[in-house]
Amino acid sequence: MKEQKMQSKIVKLESWNRYPKQNCTLYRPERYSELHPQGASSIARGSGLSYGDAALNENANVILTERINRILNFDERKGIITVEAGITLEEILDVIVPNGWFLPVTPGTQFITLGGAVAADVHGKNHHHDGSISQFIVKLELITPKGVIICSVAENSDIFWATIGGMGLTGIIGEVTINLRSIESAYVSVTHRGAENLDALFRLFSDTSLDDQYSVAWIDCMSSGSSLGRGVYMSGHHAMLDEVDNSEKREPFKSKIKSNSSIPFDFPRMALNSLSVKAFNAYYYRVNSNKKTPFLSDYKEYFYPLDSVNNWNRMYGKNGFLQYQCVIPELMAQEGIRNILEKVSSSKQSSFLAVLKRMGAEGAGMLSFPMAGYTLALDLKMNNKSVFTLLNELDEIVVRNGGKVYLAKDARLSRESFLTMYPRSEEWAAIKQQIDPDNILSSSLSRRLGIGATA
Amino acid sequence: MKKWVLILGATSAIAHGVARAFAKKGFNLYLAGRDLDELERRSLDLSIRYGVEVKHGKFDADNIETHEKFLSEVLIETTLFTGVVLAVGYMGDQIEARNFPNAGKVIQTNFVGPVSILSRCANLLEDQGEGFIVGISSVAGDRGRQSNYVYGAAKGGLSLYLQGLRNRLQPSGVQVLTVKPGFVDTAMTYGLPGLFLVATPDYVGERIVNGLEKKHDVIYTPWFWRYIMLIIRSIPEKIFKKLKL
Repeated sequence: MKEQKMQSKIVKLESWNRYPKQNCTLYRPERYSELHPQGASSIARGSGLSYGDAALNENANVILTERINRILNFDERKGIITVEAGITLEEILDVIVPNGWFLPVTPGTQFITLGGAVAADVHGKNHHHDGSISQFIVKLELITPKGVIICSVAENSDIFWATIGGMGLTGIIGEVTINLRSIESAYVSVTHRGAENLDALFRLFSDTSLDDQYSVAWIDCMSSGSSLGRGVYMSGHHAMLDEVDNSEKREPFKSKIKSNSSIPFDFPRMALNSLSVKAFNAYYYRVNSNKKTPFLSDYKEYFYPLDSVNNWNRMYGKNGFLQYQCVIPELMAQEGIRNILEKVSSSKQSSFLAVLKRMGAEGAGMLSFPMAGYTLALDLKMNNKSVFTLLNELDEIVVRNGGKVYLAKDARLSRESFLTMYPRSEEWAAIKQQIDPDNILSSSLSRRLGIGATA
Repeated sequence: MKKWVLILGATSAIAHGVARAFAKKGFNLYLAGRDLDELERRSLDLSIRYGVEVKHGKFDADNIETHEKFLSEVLIETTLFTGVVLAVGYMGDQIEARNFPNAGKVIQTNFVGPVSILSRCANLLEDQGEGFIVGISSVAGDRGRQSNYVYGAAKGGLSLYLQGLRNRLQPSGVQVLTVKPGFVDTAMTYGLPGLFLVATPDYVGERIVNGLEKKHDVIYTPWFWRYIMLIIRSIPEKIFKKLKL
């Protein structure tokens, strides 16, 4: 055999939010047999769409999984698919939707890889009913420094639950088998309801008569005082065949969305100031708060509204932005989220996107993010150090209320806060010790937070 | 009747791009190469994504004694095939290739092996009276340069071979397409310094299928490499020999 040694390159690497930027050595395997850790420190990277340093490894190795993306089996009758983990959700959807199947859980972009989805134990707008992606995983193939480990709820279950939400630190996720959701059409039946403030929004979330398969709320972070937390509650479900129009019934699984718009350049620093955000938010609220009769939306439009704007991260300029996503337990949620919104609105930081979702029971993933309660996500432009000060204050609110911050969206949490928010990290470290005692699977995130290090 | 395309050296990134482009057009595929696990993964993927039939089998371009038997196995599986794509290639280390045993390997994989298998395929297709042969050569074969002349010599030989084959097969209606890729984003070029305007394997695949449909004889991909190589070929040898290329 004359196989050539895998070549590498050193690149100043960033993830979706463009902060931080770090020198990493990239490897890009093209064969499954080449997918394994390199050197003393490696982390796998899928599409690089996490926010922060989860898929960065400063002055060490990053394994790109983008070419390890084959579909190995698709049982069209039972709705089970086995893929290599570098495949994107979009590629999976393109194959399964025409056959009447959908992803059981999907986050707000279809461009992430399934491997990344498992490593972050992603949730969607249906978490309050169905839980996170981990609930649908039949089995995983994990490539560790000690060899390949097959794991599932039943087999090597401790390794399985350390890998779910384990941020790629237990091994490189090679293959994934998941159960799919049956659908009757590619459409979602959507209802929008306006809420003049946070109390009204929480009332909508807790009104069981309004509840649906999916629910999410958009919040206008620029509103304050009596309209603090003004927003739009959006619920929906996969449209049944009798809900779609006659013209669409003939081809119920045909998605109509084709062309993409794009942000071709970095916005200048001033573009997203508080005035422009305020104007956008007011417009968005007006347009969307009055669609109380259900309307049909193409699934791509409904689940992935921002995917149609390529490179929307460039709106924030070349310095990037921070996303802050936290979850607060049910009982404390309304108060905790109010405190967070007050802090954000009284700061001079303009948040362009704020999203509120309800979460159901927490899963068994040791480092998983979801827990029963409400999760809030907001984007903050990186303009000066004050954004870090603000986020530290938000951490205090989250810790005080027994919540946590999402590691897939984090670039700045402290080790102390991490340990408080993730009480099972010791238990996780014990499993890490068994399968990767030399800490070869490590990332900038794991070093910053000391994940796996014993206290 | 379903049409089959035989892809030789099917585990390379370019071959995968070509395979995808043919599968999108509804062709069945026979993927041939050395890494059977990898071939199986690609076969499953292509058949699930594009709904075509995909088979695979072991093929070693270097081992020319096995070629006859290999082809008879392909014919058992496919009955007959419409076209063949030769995507076998091995760059090797150009410093090591200064010594003959290493240079010999480069020539074996990029020229001798390909001629062995393509000769057999050409005879089959000629008897059949239709079909196509796609040979993936390289811009490196257009002029000898100190940085990769052994690889370039083998690829240049392949280009000439394909040219002659095209001339011979013209009356029997068998099309021969020579493909000269410039920089393509593959494991072979990954991380190399000085690359510009790198094409994706999928782009190259689309261009090849398109080139066949348009009955082209030689395509450069991306297209502007035709002009880059025109300039490089037109530099007088007196000057060229002094250049550091």
